[in-house]
Amino acid sequence: MTPKINDFSIHVATVNGSGSQTANSVLLRAIFQMGIPVSGKNLFPSNIAGLPTWFTIRASKDGYIARRRDNEVLVVMNPETAAEDIAAMPPGSMIVLNEQISVPPIPEDRTVYRVPMPKLMEGITTDVKLRRLVVNMIYVGVLAEKLGIDEEEIERALDAQLGRKPKALALNHAAVKAGWSYSRENLPKRDPYKLERMNATTGKILIEGNTAAALGAMFGGVTVVTWYPITPSSSLVESLIDYLHEYRRDPKSGETTYGVVQAEDEIAAIGMVLGAGWAGARSMTSTSGPGISLMAEFAGYGYYTEIPGVIWDIQRVGPSTGLPTRTSQSDIAFVHSLSHGDTRHPVLLPSSVRDCYDFGILAFDLAERLQTPVFVLSDLDLGMNMWMSDPFPYPENGWDRGKVLSDAELENLPKFERYRDVDGDGIPYRTLPGVKNPKGSYFTRGSGHDEAARYSEKPEVYERVVQRLVRKMDTARTLVPPPVITEDANAKVGVIAFGTTHWAMIEARDQIRAAGVPTGYLLLKALPFNDDLKRFVQKYERVYVVEQNRDGQVADLVRLEVGELSPRIHSIRHLDGLPIDAASVAEPILARERAARGATPVPQGVGR
Amino acid sequence: MIRARHFATTTPPSPPAGTNHIGLTRADYDGAKTTLCPGCGHNAITSGIIQAAFEAGLEPHRVAKLSGIGCSSKTPAYFIGQSHGFNAVHGRMPSIATGVHLANRDLILIGVSGDGDTASIGLGQFCHMVRRNVPVVYIVENNGVYGLTKGQFSATADIGSTTKAGAKNDLMPIDLCAVAIELGCGFVARSFSGDLKQLRPLLKAAFAHRGTAVLDVISPCVTFADHEGSTKSYAAVKEHDAPLHDIEFVPFFEDIHIDYEPGTTREVQMPDGSHIYLKKLAADYDPSSREEATRVIHEARREEKFVTGLLFVDESKLTLGEELRMPHPSLASLPIEKVRPPREVLEAIMEDLRAGR
Repeated sequence: MTPKINDFSIHVATVNGSGSQTANSVLLRAIFQMGIPVSGKNLFPSNIAGLPTWFTIRASKDGYIARRRDNEVLVVMNPETAAEDIAAMPPGSMIVLNEQISVPPIPEDRTVYRVPMPKLMEGITTDVKLRRLVVNMIYVGVLAEKLGIDEEEIERALDAQLGRKPKALALNHAAVKAGWSYSRENLPKRDPYKLERMNATTGKILIEGNTAAALGAMFGGVTVVTWYPITPSSSLVESLIDYLHEYRRDPKSGETTYGVVQAEDEIAAIGMVLGAGWAGARSMTSTSGPGISLMAEFAGYGYYTEIPGVIWDIQRVGPSTGLPTRTSQSDIAFVHSLSHGDTRHPVLLPSSVRDCYDFGILAFDLAERLQTPVFVLSDLDLGMNMWMSDPFPYPENGWDRGKVLSDAELENLPKFERYRDVDGDGIPYRTLPGVKNPKGSYFTRGSGHDEAARYSEKPEVYERVVQRLVRKMDTARTLVPPPVITEDANAKVGVIAFGTTHWAMIEARDQIRAAGVPTGYLLLKALPFNDDLKRFVQKYERVYVVEQNRDGQVADLVRLEVGELSPRIHSIRHLDGLPIDAASVAEPILARERAARGATPVPQGVGR
Repeated sequence: MIRARHFATTTPPSPPAGTNHIGLTRADYDGAKTTLCPGCGHNAITSGIIQAAFEAGLEPHRVAKLSGIGCSSKTPAYFIGQSHGFNAVHGRMPSIATGVHLANRDLILIGVSGDGDTASIGLGQFCHMVRRNVPVVYIVENNGVYGLTKGQFSATADIGSTTKAGAKNDLMPIDLCAVAIELGCGFVARSFSGDLKQLRPLLKAAFAHRGTAVLDVISPCVTFADHEGSTKSYAAVKEHDAPLHDIEFVPFFEDIHIDYEPGTTREVQMPDGSHIYLKKLAADYDPSSREEATRVIHEARREEKFVTGLLFVDESKLTLGEELRMPHPSLASLPIEKVRPPREVLEAIMEDLRAGR
């Protein structure tokens, strides 16, 4: 039996609300602490307790951290899904089974470890409720022993998680040990899976994208935060509230340097953001698809009246309620032009937790520089899963508060006109309420207005103002983060991705290169596009835009942008709500490349 | 009929030609020329606001005028032109006001809305602004009708009131004062655009109030609701106006003492040292009782009257900015050192994340 070292996925099937989160975090951390690149994907239901939930941990010596389609190790803790979960396991896989759960016969070529979990728990606590929660630590012990996770790393991970609760810590320790001992004494190793120490995670952190975004916001100097609870966005604001409470409040006086309001809905949340932005605060909100829909009218108001604000959209799946606990990249076209009329917004597209932090800061600078709402499109996969990263650097630069005129500056001006393009970059000057010089006062209105902010319905005035907004968006092209381009001189094929698709793309490019198709890669970081996009497309015969939505929204935006080059653009989509995997990128690209090179026809249903 | 009401013992307001206690003239509180219909009740309210702001000596640069959408919401352009204005989207001015207050709690917020803007599309935001006690002088110019879209009923239209075309309203009106009182609003008043003598002191008292002040001002629409059959025509309102008391407001900066016979007048002290004097009319009315306020509103509805005056006042509730412990003068003016924690904080957080704490 050839050992399989540091390159497999562990799939844990449990019941929502059963306390498996701690167990899975401990496993993930312990592997991370062994220096092995690791990622965790929580596949959970829209439910508090009782429905099936899965957690997948991927260990990858090569550093791939995208989701994989197949798993090699399964832990069966949920009777309801047990049969289906087991049926999905390939030959050669390993299954840890809570013996209490009855399952159909399992083929011989799967290694099954049956563990009498309830019996093992009997010796640990008499409290039935605690038994139910702590039983998950039994499989942690079994997996650790079978796969070779150092006991001390499990203990360190447990200490870190539960160090502040000595009673819980002792109980969990006991359960891990019980699983460990039972496995060593009763279950001889028959599977090939093994974890061995590496040093690929030294100095790194593990963090969720939403927490990273919260840190960015705090170090970006956010002062006003408004929100309405919605999955998968809530944890961003909740982390932010915790950080602000800890680091932005005078512990003696209780005085804060921020204001957080849980709004009555997302309309109010964005209204408060705009009110605060208008009055000079760094204001933000965070939401997901349904909240974005509600924000549409105010988004257009902010665009037309030119008010800064930052709106995070942690994307989930589907029209309407859709799948609230699954991931997608399907809000991008809607958000880019959110609102009626001719509206355009800058959109930042973080693909990593580091981006979440950086863009958390940058979004404020951009919003205040451009005097417009700036959207940051994360997704559930990035926001709510743990990702490895180098530690975040302290922001070395100051902040950009944009073109705000002070009393002293007003004093020296013959006159102030709120919407006059003085500098030729499409960005006018603004004043804040409270400014003493009467020259500075103006009236903000979402109805037609001229350069002096006066009401106007004149056709030429309307056109002039919105054409200037186009110039402003042209300025935005030069300010938003540029794409990250990896050229390949031998490549005839280019690929474009953004957001979390990046991680599957890294792996897929290696796979399709191995199959004889080298690629150039453009990782998109923001809208509007800059000139790099067209230059990139010019270099390649075919360019595949890969994204996690049904209709190829970014492929369409790219086609519009590159004009006559648009026949080169091909769209690859992944839309089932699970994080995209490398095979979903590589297979359709390879199929079409073979077709393009005259080998086989294009399979039905793949792209257009 | 409106009864002639005055206090023999008070001095009249500062003469229009003079200056107020911060040295500004009344003209300093003017705005752009109105574009509303001639005779519109809203124009009278605008002039009431100008006069009250002048007499109260509001600093124009500290004022932010906010509104939603509708005829009433146009009016902030017509007063205090030396202040910033914000004409928001329909029904959502309360959220804008909340954001402005969060950013700069030292601003004086004057919100003008209408019955459509507040009682229909904006009822939710109105309720939550009141609930949070956002410091806004929130004026509803209430005519029971949508003016800008030409005469449809609003949610404050009374049962039995008719449109110009003759359609009858069968739905129960939403009483914004009752709603505000129920939600814990600390300053609730009703008035009439045709009675500036009552409205002006109410506005000045509202400026002195530290939380949300709701003023529901019946303001007849001369174009779409001034006909016979409309319950909010000038004639109908004049006939059914039932003032609770005569009101006098003495600001903190005026050293005026008002003598009154025991039992005839109630005195309310505001947090800034100003005083409201409420002189008893037909019956004694206690504006510190939420139950009493609710009772008179229901009674007035039953008797088809517009009960006007200071319905409820309570200065005990903290404002949103106070609740949140936000700094003076404003979050907006904090320098970067105050809002970007030092390097060591980030390093400590990174270490925790590395160790999994």
